[in-house]
Amino acid sequence: MTLNSIDFDQRVDKALADPILKQAVPFAQDKLRNGRNTAADQLGNIEEWRELAAEIRKHTIDNLDSYLEELVTNVRKSGGFVHFAEKDSDAVDIIKKIAKDKEAKTIIKSKSMVTEEIHLNKHLEAEGLKVVESDLGEYIIQLANETPSHLIAPAIHKTRQQVSALFSEVAGRKLSDETTELCAFARETLREEFLQADIGISGCNFAVAESGSVVLVSNEGNARLTTTLPKVHIAVMGLERIVPTWNELDIMISMLTRSATGQKISVYVTGINSARQSGDLDGPEEFHLVILDNGRSNILGTAYQEALNCIRCGACLNVCPVYRHVGGHAYGGVYSGPIGAVLMPLLEGYDDWKELPHASSLCGACTEVCPVKIPLHDLLIEHRKDEVDQGYAPLPEKMAFKGFGYINSHPALYDKTVKLSSTGLGVLAKDGYITKGPGMLGGWTDIRDLPQPKKQSFREWWAKERKE
Amino acid sequence: MKVDLFITCLADAFYPQVGMSVVNVLERLGVDVGFPKEQTCCGQPAYNSGYQKDAMKAAKQVILAFENSETVVTPSGSCAAMIHHYYPKLFKGDPIWRDKAQSLADKTYEFSDFLVNVLKVENVNAKLESIATYHHSCHMIRGLEIREEPSTLLSHVEGLTMKELPYCNDCCGFGGTFAAKMSDISERMVDEKINNIISTEAKILIGSDLGCLMNIGGRMRRTGQDIEIMHVAEVLEKGGKI
Repeated sequence: MTLNSIDFDQRVDKALADPILKQAVPFAQDKLRNGRNTAADQLGNIEEWRELAAEIRKHTIDNLDSYLEELVTNVRKSGGFVHFAEKDSDAVDIIKKIAKDKEAKTIIKSKSMVTEEIHLNKHLEAEGLKVVESDLGEYIIQLANETPSHLIAPAIHKTRQQVSALFSEVAGRKLSDETTELCAFARETLREEFLQADIGISGCNFAVAESGSVVLVSNEGNARLTTTLPKVHIAVMGLERIVPTWNELDIMISMLTRSATGQKISVYVTGINSARQSGDLDGPEEFHLVILDNGRSNILGTAYQEALNCIRCGACLNVCPVYRHVGGHAYGGVYSGPIGAVLMPLLEGYDDWKELPHASSLCGACTEVCPVKIPLHDLLIEHRKDEVDQGYAPLPEKMAFKGFGYINSHPALYDKTVKLSSTGLGVLAKDGYITKGPGMLGGWTDIRDLPQPKKQSFREWWAKERKE
Repeated sequence: MKVDLFITCLADAFYPQVGMSVVNVLERLGVDVGFPKEQTCCGQPAYNSGYQKDAMKAAKQVILAFENSETVVTPSGSCAAMIHHYYPKLFKGDPIWRDKAQSLADKTYEFSDFLVNVLKVENVNAKLESIATYHHSCHMIRGLEIREEPSTLLSHVEGLTMKELPYCNDCCGFGGTFAAKMSDISERMVDEKINNIISTEAKILIGSDLGCLMNIGGRMRRTGQDIEIMHVAEVLEKGGKI
């Protein structure tokens, strides 16, 4: 399912024309990536940590079936209910049914990208349920009726002035744009929602197979309230979000928080073992774990398998120069930035997402920073190859590269092409530069000048000079 | 020492003076430079655009052209990275060509890498009175992990003041066909780069990849910035005597 009513080019145009985006995204991006660099430096040997984290993820994904089985057995052992959802709609149906069975009226949520992936709020609201996001960023974009534009900072594209306007509307009075006042307002408003909610829905940063625990990483305390106060807690997880034991969890949490926000550890790391047990003073009466596939298992065993290593830290977004200038919404999908450009075509196909793998200069900053060593820019090239092989490339481009291959495998012809390029392109040139070129060249000259190939190429100079 | 020059298509057609500078600097250092005529483009534009079969045709030609070379030097981090990382990958299903690809990768050096790490030269006695800044291209720092070598060489150029470029690890927005396909995004990237360059008050932008220099230089010309672009080899050739 696509979120887009407008196509990629229009989304990019809209993003580039947005003056607030231009200000807010680079500002937040700098803060996040500098934080990550400091936190990585503190480890002293970040490359060894990345190596270790990648190994853990590879091992887990390679043995996903057995770890899933272990996880499910252990969740059930502690009295939790486990549901497998093959598709997004299956997950929605499962959650709708739980809500109906419990006669729920209001739902409080803590931050979860996987519920964004299945567009859960929209579906629950259509059933007449009241759904409230309790993560501050998610709350902001819910009020703005938008989707997250960043994996961990969903409202990264908003300034505090915009937030103030949104909150003022809810408050029915003018709030200042001071962060403390805005936070206080959100806290006050949300506290009431926590107390009223019949069901709490959370995501799952990691599920620990050996104990059947769901682990949540958060900074605002809202995840704890979401999973503790309502009578029913539903955790939704992508099926790849597993760690074998608490030992691996330790490493993955450290890599997650350092890579995401530059924190040594987040304010809260919550391990949840099912519902309230006898003797517990608080906690929900019922715990449900919804494990979502939604195309993930199709990635296993393919050239893209490493994409399943992703721990959703957002570090690749924070260093991406394309993300810096267009923000998350231009990508159009739930997942944006380099990982989004890799994932969206895998989860939902090229028909809707064929442009994303091209929205990259292949600079490799994403690959360099990824805590689990996903070769992101190489996977983008892999997508480009698959698009060509599956007929998604435009015909003129195909013909051009056929010509490219032919010329470059025939040295005599290459020699001639180089010779002719100066006169050929010279027709278009003025003072040694081309300012308006045809076809693909036009894309280049739209914004910059192209030097005319020199009258004497290097190979000609060499032949003349060295008499070879 | 005998070295064969892999000129790269951009230098060959657009910036032949860079090739001449490479030859001159190497010869001054006593290197015997050759130029196998059968060489073509490395195939990276096709590879990065997803046309692996067409890229393989170019790659095979380049591999054949340098089959008898002892050492290959190229004035491009990007093309060297293509040979180092993607040639062996391109032919992973073909043991004979994969070995040939690996053997080319093993003997191919980017220009500054060759000077500093093979010839063990840091000072080529070059002289250039000016203020400059250096653009670390993505394929140099992340593709080849060559970061210090060009700066080391430039730091020994007499009269040249090097200014540090803010956000020096960020892409300039070239990205091969990306620059043409997504020119509006590329424009923002290159403009940010240019603003950073301007902030250094440099008169010259020095680089190790002509793709980047063509992009930044082309945009600076379009927007009326009076900053010259130069390849490292051109700088090292200036006023040089051994």
